[in-house]
Amino acid sequence: MIQMNNVVKKYPNGVVAANGISIDIQKGEFVYVVGPSGAGKSTFIKLMYREEKPTSGEVVIAGMDLTKLKNRQVPLLRRQLGVVFQDFKLLPRLNVYENVAFALEVIEENPKDIRKRVMDVLDLVGLKHKVRMFPNELSGGEQQRVAIARSIVNMPKVVIADEPTGNLDPETSWEIMNIFEEINTRGTTIVMATHNREIVNTIRKRVIAIEGGLIVRDVYGGDYGYES
Amino acid sequence: MYEMYTEVTTAMKARTIRRHFRESIKSLGRNGWMTFASISAVTVTLLLVGVFTIIMMNLNKVADDIENDVEIKVLIDIISDPTEAQAAEEQLMEEIRGLPGVEEVVYSSKEEELNLLIAGYGEELSLFEQSNPLNNVLYVKATEPQQTASVAKAIEKFEHTQEVKYGEGKVEKLFSFLNTSRNVGLILIVGLLFTAIFLISNTIRITIIARRDEIEIMKLVGATNSFVRIPFVLEGMWLGVLGALIPIAVVSIVYVNIFNIVQPKLDGEFLQLLSATPLLYQVNGLLLIMGVFIGIWGSFMSVRKFLKV
Ligand SMILES: Nc1ncnc2c1ncn2[C@@H]1O[C@H](COP(=O)(O)OP(=O)(O)O)[C@@H](O)[C@H]1O
Ligand SMILES: [Mg+2]
Repeated sequence: MIQMNNVVKKYPNGVVAANGISIDIQKGEFVYVVGPSGAGKSTFIKLMYREEKPTSGEVVIAGMDLTKLKNRQVPLLRRQLGVVFQDFKLLPRLNVYENVAFALEVIEENPKDIRKRVMDVLDLVGLKHKVRMFPNELSGGEQQRVAIARSIVNMPKVVIADEPTGNLDPETSWEIMNIFEEINTRGTTIVMATHNREIVNTIRKRVIAIEGGLIVRDVYGGDYGYES
Repeated sequence: MYEMYTEVTTAMKARTIRRHFRESIKSLGRNGWMTFASISAVTVTLLLVGVFTIIMMNLNKVADDIENDVEIKVLIDIISDPTEAQAAEEQLMEEIRGLPGVEEVVYSSKEEELNLLIAGYGEELSLFEQSNPLNNVLYVKATEPQQTASVAKAIEKFEHTQEVKYGEGKVEKLFSFLNTSRNVGLILIVGLLFTAIFLISNTIRITIIARRDEIEIMKLVGATNSFVRIPFVLEGMWLGVLGALIPIAVVSIVYVNIFNIVQPKLDGEFLQLLSATPLLYQVNGLLLIMGVFIGIWGSFMSVRKFLKV
């Protein structure tokens, strides 16, 4: 589902944030990406949804070779992916329902399908009863659940999350993890960069550790591995 | 395997088009003052274009009318013996008719000439009826206005011609005046045009900045580039169209009124104003097209610069 081959990413300022990364993630896997701050986790994630282009090397996502992908084909890639961030990125003027529906409207989905799919995912994340509320009326955990609902509403093959629990308290983080596990159970591949050692050590999955732009460890069912 | 993926379909659905229109109109309201400034700039520009175009088209018409009206006036030598005079006049007419490029020759006796003067300047001149000092005259018209000068020169060489006159110089002066004012007007209009485009591109830039979160999410979930761009281009187009409305109304109303006041006074004259019906459609069409063009150009500049999609 996700292949990287000797990927190097050098930013214009000279920082090398990926220094020869090779990885193979299969369909249906759940992968944690760990490592100290500035290690290159976010860069690794950005290379997957083509927010950044690799300086050299090969990135293949869901059968699409990103190094050969033309700019106007990027929307095709993005429709195969769901992306979740630490800061939720919800639109403050839209309510819960509209925030999720927005993802389908802008890819011109059939309105008849939109309503059902939005309600289905809001049910999955447990927010069906708050569809008319606005982001500023919700807790952080609830906002992140809306963001997750938005990321999966177009039924992507892969969900990529960059520290999705970074802004949340421990209890809320567990709720969010339950949702990701549920999504994963339904067959969606999940790649999650995280600093949350508790979670990594409890919900055991494949752990990829990045340091200085290199993969230093790649263990199935591994632990967080850093003192915090 | 990636080759299988070509591109997201670009055929737009009616629903999507409606959405783009809705978004573009909403943001006109949100941008308030910038919208107003942009529309005003387009309004001033197009008002000038409209007035200028109408004046130029009418002046061109006047120049044409005058040019077509240029005829040669041949004063025939005064010969006291009537038989001799008639023979001389007939001979002269024959000779002129034989020249190449002559369309018609009309004889006007000195009595007719005096009547023309009396009609033009008043009854006081009727005292000349006793001893008419005027010449008998031939009016000669060339087939083409440009041949007037050469025909006149040829006529001068014939016998019994006292003087040959035509409107040489007048038309040339008018044309050079037309050219100068056309150039000055164009420079003014081009300057205003760029001001309007600049203001519109600023308005669109503000829209783009105000919506960067929305744009980021649209791109993240896979909206096509044109889907992201079109509302901004439409917003620019509205600015242009709205800016054209006042000039169209003002130009139409003012011209119809001027026409209604001036035209009766020109009744029967060879000079005529252009009539409102084809002229206003043409000029208003031009204004609308220019408005749309200014608006779309202005927004394109911003979209290209600030919207890397
Ligand atoms: N857009 C950028 N331009 C320049 N340098 C960047 C950019 N993004 C990240 N970096 C640098 O690349 C390195 C890796 O950053 P990042 O991938 O964000 O690490 P992490 O997410 O693990 O903290 C850091 O040194 C960071 O300063
Ligand atoms: Mg990071």
